[in-house]
Amino acid sequence: MIPNREEYESMMAARHTPAVHNKLKEGKVAVAGLGGLGSNISVMLAQAGVGKLLLVDFDVVELSNLNRQHYDLTHLGMLKTDALKKQIEKINPFIETETGTLKVTEENVMTVFNDYPIVCEAFDNPQYKAMLVNALLAQGGQTIVAASGMAGFDSANNIKTRQRFKNLYVCGDFKTPVQEGSGLMAPRVAVCAAHQANMVLRLLLNIEKA
Amino acid sequence: MIVNGKEIVLQKESSIMEFLEKEGYDPTKVAVEKNGIIVPKIKFETEMLSDIDKMEIVCFVGGG
Repeated sequence: MIPNREEYESMMAARHTPAVHNKLKEGKVAVAGLGGLGSNISVMLAQAGVGKLLLVDFDVVELSNLNRQHYDLTHLGMLKTDALKKQIEKINPFIETETGTLKVTEENVMTVFNDYPIVCEAFDNPQYKAMLVNALLAQGGQTIVAASGMAGFDSANNIKTRQRFKNLYVCGDFKTPVQEGSGLMAPRVAVCAAHQANMVLRLLLNIEKA
Repeated sequence: MIVNGKEIVLQKESSIMEFLEKEGYDPTKVAVEKNGIIVPKIKFETEMLSDIDKMEIVCFVGGG
């Protein structure tokens, strides 16, 4: 039995308190990259009831994604934007989910993310991470929650959230890249994604401290 | 000058690009703030550093 909007809303207000629920409901958050970080961040933000999400990725779901990304066998070959939007609609159909199936470049950063005051950087490639962060910071006015260092199976306790610039938070262990013997695995990727999602909730609740 | 909260002495006048390379940073994987202001990548070669500057360097590693 699928609940109606009113039932869902009252459950969320009861769980999160009305004040928190209403603030999160007004939130607009973009997620750039829908891999291990971005797919998990998006699901958590949907579960938290963040009112509007923008999901951005150009890629399709592949078998090699299933060890850590929030997709299953039925999603293979689908666009990640579509696969994630479908899942989110099944978790919380009462939030708005916009998709951007495109490759983010220095040229289109402004138009793609313009309407979103908070952007999660969830790319895999370090050059793209830096490109996105630099382009958004150059424009100004947005807060970025980025990630760096979550590969392998070193202690999960080493993954932190730090405010590095006024408008830039970085989550991760800040040092462990993907390399031979230290691939990306579900737990630490999810821990890092949860750090990012939690920082987003804090920002939406007007808490700037990391 | 202060880099990522640590005091260091600049050996000689250098651009941000020269400093990053000397310290082993890959300039394509960083975001740099000098005295609280973001420095766009195109200014790395021309923006000079002095001992009174405060710089924050965020370096990204791969994985996501």
